[in-house]
Amino acid sequence: MSGWVGALFVRELRLAVRVGGSGVIGVLFFLAVVTVIPFGVGPDLNLLARIGPAILWIGALLATLLGLDRLFQADRDDGALDLMIMAGRPLELIVLVKCLAHWMATGLPLVFAAPVLAIFLNLDPVAIAAVTATLLAGTPALTLIGAIGASLTVTLRRGGLLMAVLVIPLAIPVLIFGVSAADAAIQDPVPFMTPFLILCALTLVSAVVGPFAAATALRFASD
Amino acid sequence: MALWDYANPTRFLRLVDIVLPWLIAACALAFAIGLYKSFFMAPEDYQQGDTVRIMFIHVPAAWLAMMCYSVMAISALGTLVWKHPLADVSAKAAAPLGAAFTFISLITGSLWGKPMWGTYWVWDARLTSVLVLFIMYLGLMALWRTMEDPIKAGKAAAVLTLVGAFNLPIIKFSVDWWNTLHQPASVIRLDGPTIHPDILIPLLVMALAFTLLFFTLHLAAMRNEIFRRRVRSMRMKAAASAHPAGATATAQPAE
Repeated sequence: MSGWVGALFVRELRLAVRVGGSGVIGVLFFLAVVTVIPFGVGPDLNLLARIGPAILWIGALLATLLGLDRLFQADRDDGALDLMIMAGRPLELIVLVKCLAHWMATGLPLVFAAPVLAIFLNLDPVAIAAVTATLLAGTPALTLIGAIGASLTVTLRRGGLLMAVLVIPLAIPVLIFGVSAADAAIQDPVPFMTPFLILCALTLVSAVVGPFAAATALRFASD
Repeated sequence: MALWDYANPTRFLRLVDIVLPWLIAACALAFAIGLYKSFFMAPEDYQQGDTVRIMFIHVPAAWLAMMCYSVMAISALGTLVWKHPLADVSAKAAAPLGAAFTFISLITGSLWGKPMWGTYWVWDARLTSVLVLFIMYLGLMALWRTMEDPIKAGKAAAVLTLVGAFNLPIIKFSVDWWNTLHQPASVIRLDGPTIHPDILIPLLVMALAFTLLFFTLHLAAMRNEIFRRRVRSMRMKAAASAHPAGATATAQPAE
């Protein structure tokens, strides 16, 4: 039972790391977004410290969205996706494993990059820890929700733009609770744990909804 | 089951031909009464003056914007669970209507907000969640447009509609958490409405008129969509008979 899950996970991870190195490119994109924000809002360090968590979260959201088209597209192009659908294994589990591997290759590097980028934004150590923790808890939800959009647009030639439009409204709750948990750690009145636990709950819910919806969409797309 | 009798598009079209004139008449009547009541008989608000009349358009449009999504979610269930052939026609016809009602409520809301709050737009919880709803309608319409096969597009859109229906309460809750400034719900409450009957009755008549308008337009749009699919499959048949060696046109279940 667990043999094929492990094999699939290793395959996905190898492909994600090897082909085009999408994780590194995602981090570069993240760096570019964070670099470009001060040109828009000005180099005021106090302002940057105040909106820093939001910048990091939006950067992570955009970087995740950009990487999502790799989730199913390549496998559909070379026919591997059809084999997975016909393999007789639960497609929901396959999608979950693919999402997990994809997150390890693209989401986790963003989490590791966040503390470094936070220094550019003049965040203090507590805020850096809070942002990193919220990104660690929240980026899996972005990948899992994004899997729905990726599976819906998998048959389209240029589905990336449409996918972003479909995914962003669904990702708003994650963004709200991620940023408010990080803000709560900086400004005292709101406790940190309340939004953080809701963020964790959102990740768990999307771990259920995402694979089921994506698997349904993939089955319809294949026939 | 009565709903299954209308799985046959021809029978459904016959029903539409019978019902539609009555619906149009009822809709026109309700609008005549509602508009007269709300613009000539309803009193001015002691604080807001004449601008309170925007409410008679704004509030029904906002209700309809939400009802439209419920219709789409039920249709999506019909597509995915019961595989009703007209369910995705219904969902596809409802999406632009929902987007239009959402747009009307956003526009009238911002016109109302200018004299009341001093600004056209505030990032308050309700406005923001309606804006998100608007984006979701537009995304669904875009998904329908980009997929060529109407059956596949209908199924994909049904998945997205259901995910959206599941997510909308979460979005609503999180946006409420994020910021709240809009007045709380004042018509549907446990301890009875807080609006005076002189304003409440025109409002309810207008809500009825908007609902009738929705069903009129929805049925007409469904009829048009069925015709559009028939034209499409006729064209494919014509193309297939002109080039017999080419790909064969598959029959459309919902034609």
